[in-house]
Amino acid sequence: MLEIWLGIKAAFWLVVTLDADLIEIAARSLLVTLSAVAIAAAIALPLGAWLAVGRYRFRRLVIAVLNALMGLPPVVVGLVVYLMLSRSGPFGVMGLLFTPWAMIIAQVIILTPLIASIAHQSIRDLWAEYHDLLISLNTSRGQRIKTLLWDSRRALLTAALAGFGRGIGEVGAIMIVGGNIDHATRVMTTAIALETSKGDFALAIGLGFVLVGLALTVSILIHMLSGTEVRDRW
Amino acid sequence: MVSILPLSLKNATVERDGKRLLGPVSLDVQAQGLTIVLGPNGAGKSTLLRLMHGLEKPSAGRVRYAVPRREAFAQQAFVFQTPIMLRRTVLGNLSYPLTTHGISRAEAEKHSLTWLKRLGLAGHESQRASLLSGGERQKLALARALIRKPQLLFLDEPCANLDGAATQDIERLICEARDGGTRILMATHDLGQARRLASDVLFLHNGEVLEDSPAESFFEAPQTDAAKAFLKGDLVL
Repeated sequence: MLEIWLGIKAAFWLVVTLDADLIEIAARSLLVTLSAVAIAAAIALPLGAWLAVGRYRFRRLVIAVLNALMGLPPVVVGLVVYLMLSRSGPFGVMGLLFTPWAMIIAQVIILTPLIASIAHQSIRDLWAEYHDLLISLNTSRGQRIKTLLWDSRRALLTAALAGFGRGIGEVGAIMIVGGNIDHATRVMTTAIALETSKGDFALAIGLGFVLVGLALTVSILIHMLSGTEVRDRW
Repeated sequence: MVSILPLSLKNATVERDGKRLLGPVSLDVQAQGLTIVLGPNGAGKSTLLRLMHGLEKPSAGRVRYAVPRREAFAQQAFVFQTPIMLRRTVLGNLSYPLTTHGISRAEAEKHSLTWLKRLGLAGHESQRASLLSGGERQKLALARALIRKPQLLFLDEPCANLDGAATQDIERLICEARDGGTRILMATHDLGQARRLASDVLFLHNGEVLEDSPAESFFEAPQTDAAKAFLKGDLVL
């Protein structure tokens, strides 16, 4: 109980005094996660729409694999990305290991199946509603996908936010590929893991509160900016 | 512009899960007029229209237009019994078929606004289409189908569940489209509506076309017992 109280106190002071380290770590967390969400969404949303609209062989298998990949263990992703980016790996020459880029790559791999799977379910429902109309209006497949993406944008925002929620709290993969290097790749989650291993629970809990606050603030901001749940809008 | 008609069906059938829903049907749809597709529930009226429009594939036989398939489908439209509204504004719904066919958004919206005035929906352009009344939604769906001036229009019981005023508005739009040269095939249960609008009648029962005749002769002297019973208002089983 004392640790929690001290954690609240620590979080309060970290925020009130605008602690330089905290600001740097929080900014890096946001940069890495928002970049990963943007890249993953750019891949996953059209993929989800394409899976909903397309009729081809192995479609069900692809969807089943995609759903299974939602539960991809981050540590395994981290390990694979580490091997790919390490000096002896195929992309070692790019020198990305232990940089925020490596962390973004790992998060994109984790988030893409999650966002694609949620997006696919939403778009599939809308496609069932629009199917006859869009065929009747003689639209091309590209136009159908564009229409479905636009008209289900609120649900897709939720998919992206689910990705953000998973990304901002991710620790296993980014610890492996980022290395938790101070002033280089340290983010909120890896900092919490470090403080916990050092036994500084108060600071770890403080950082935890800040992390939760950060995640909630971003989600609420995105909802407000996009006008979700506003009357007379979709 | 090249005419997509006549439309020709030769022994076309539609089966689903081993059950025959329609056919075999053989008929020709010529370039002029308004054909009413009549028949009791489950006769295959909607299936016939969907087959002609390409929403159903024939299990056997063929459906052929005077031009290649792609050109034919670009020149036709379909209005469903329950109007399907895009999750957009009224204006967004009406301008959609124009913007997806290469017309700029500004031009499409300008043209759509003139249509909205014609529909009596001026002032509703920014409203969600799903918030319109049933009659207004069906008028919007019909206008959306007509806005590109299709050569061929399919109407699947467009006035089902509408009141007299809304039905009158829909019928006015249908007559204007017919007078403007659009060939119309319309399924309905409403015999009064069929008498008001039809230039010829297709009567279906149990998936088969029992009668294909000019409206006057169908209503004056139906040839089959099922059609006679249907016109008398008897149950047709």
